[in-house]
Amino acid sequence: MAIAVEFQDVVKRFPGAGYNALDHVNLKIEEGELLTILGTSGCGKTTLIKLINRIHEADEGNIYLSGTNIKDIEPITLRRGIGYVIQQIGLFPHMTIYDNIATVPRILKWDKDKINQRVTELLEMVNLPPEEFKDRYPGQLSGGQQQRIGLIRALAANPKIMLLDEPFGAIDAINRSNLQDELLKIHRQSRKTFVFVTHDITEAMKLGTKVLIMDQGKIQQYGTPGEIIEKPANAFVESLISSGHVDTNYVRNGEGI
Amino acid sequence: MTRLGEYFATHWMDYIWNILRHLEISAISVAFAMIIAIPLGILSTRCHIVEKISVKFWGMLRIIPSVAILIVCIPIIGTGIVPAVVALTILAIPPILINTTQAFKQLPESIVEAAVGMGMNPREVFFQIKVPLAFPIVFTGIRTAIVEVVASATLAAYIGAGGLGEIILTGLGLMRNDLLWLGGITVAVVSLGTGYLLNCIYKQATKYQRV
Repeated sequence: MAIAVEFQDVVKRFPGAGYNALDHVNLKIEEGELLTILGTSGCGKTTLIKLINRIHEADEGNIYLSGTNIKDIEPITLRRGIGYVIQQIGLFPHMTIYDNIATVPRILKWDKDKINQRVTELLEMVNLPPEEFKDRYPGQLSGGQQQRIGLIRALAANPKIMLLDEPFGAIDAINRSNLQDELLKIHRQSRKTFVFVTHDITEAMKLGTKVLIMDQGKIQQYGTPGEIIEKPANAFVESLISSGHVDTNYVRNGEGI
Repeated sequence: MTRLGEYFATHWMDYIWNILRHLEISAISVAFAMIIAIPLGILSTRCHIVEKISVKFWGMLRIIPSVAILIVCIPIIGTGIVPAVVALTILAIPPILINTTQAFKQLPESIVEAAVGMGMNPREVFFQIKVPLAFPIVFTGIRTAIVEVVASATLAAYIGAGGLGEIILTGLGLMRNDLLWLGGITVAVVSLGTGYLLNCIYKQATKYQRV
C-alpha cells in the first residue's frame, strides 16, 4: 500500500514552551486509512495535522505527501489539494451554502456546470436536499448541519487527503453520533486518506482504521483499535483506555483497506 | 408664510442649488475621509505604533470645533469649498478610522483560519473574507461620519462655500425667522433622510445576519 503521508524525525517547538510540541515524530500513514489521533489537550495532535498543510512549519525533520517533500510545494497550492475541517467549522457567514461549498472549485477555476454538479452531489451525500439548502446562509442551519457543510466543503475539490481537527467536538451527543456514521460512510465511499484529531477515545476507536495515541509530543502507540485495546504499549495507553469505557461493539476492526 | 411663498417663487433655484451644494461638499469630504481612514485603519491593525499615533492624533483633531478649523484654514487656503472640505474631512476621519480598526481586529479567527487552510491566497482572504466580514462595522462608522458631516456642512456657508447654511445666514442677515426655520428644517430633513437611506443600504447588505 502506498504511503500518503510520512513524517521523518519531525520536531516542532513553540516559542516560550518548555517542551517540544512534537518531539522527533516518525510516522507513516497509508493511503485510504482513516487515522484517528488521540490524546489530551496539549499533546501535539493538532500541531501534527497543522504541519501537514503548513499552517505551522516544522523546525526539524521532513514531511512527505505521496512521496513529495511538502517544503517543495507552495503552501497555497498544497492547501488546495488538502481538505481541512476545524472544530469551529468556520463557514463563511456572508456566503450561501452553495458559495461556501464552491469556494475551492472556484479558486481552481472549475467550469460552472461541473461546480453545480459537484455541489448537488455533495449535499445529497449528507442528506441535505440541494434545492432546500443551497441558497441558505450558514446562520440558518443547526450546528450539526453546519458541520456537514464544513465536511463537504472540504471534500469539494476532491482532495487526496482530509485533515479534521476535532470536527465534532462542539456538537451534541446525538448529532455527533450521526455525523460519525456519515463520516464513516464518506470514508468508505471516497477511499481518501483521513487524519482525524480527537480527544474522545470512543470516537477514536469507532472511526479509526488506525489509531495514533500521543502524549507530550511523542507517539505512545500506533496501531489498529483492536491492537490498542488488546495490547496497550505502556501505562499511559492503558490508563487512557481504562478511563474511556470503550464499548468493544463500536470498535472499527477487521475491515481491511 | 406668504413671505416663504415669495421666496420659493423667486429663489426656488437657489434653494435646490443650496441643497445640491450641501450634499456635494458632504460627499467630497466623506470620500476623502474614507480614502484616508480606511487604509489607515487596516494598517493600524497590522502595526501597533500606527494605531497608537493615528487614533490619538485624529481624536485630538476632532476635539477642535469645525468652525475653528474653518477659520484657521482661510489664511492658508482661502475661502470657498476647499477649506470647508478640509475641515469636514477632519471631522469625518475619526469615526471611520476607529470603526475600521475595530472591525479588522474583531474578525473571527476560525473563519480566517478556514479560509487560509482551504488554500486562499492572502488577496483572496482579504477581499473575499475579511472585507465582507468587516463591512458592517466599517459602514456604521461611515454612517456616523456622514450624518455628522451633513449637519456640520451648514457652517461652510460662513466662508462662502454655499450649502444650506447660506439660507440660514441670509435669514440672520435679514432678520427673517421664516428663512432660519426653512434652512434649519431642511438641514434636519436632509440629515435624517441620508441617515435613513444609509440604514436601508446597511440592512440590505447585512441580510445574512438576520436570516
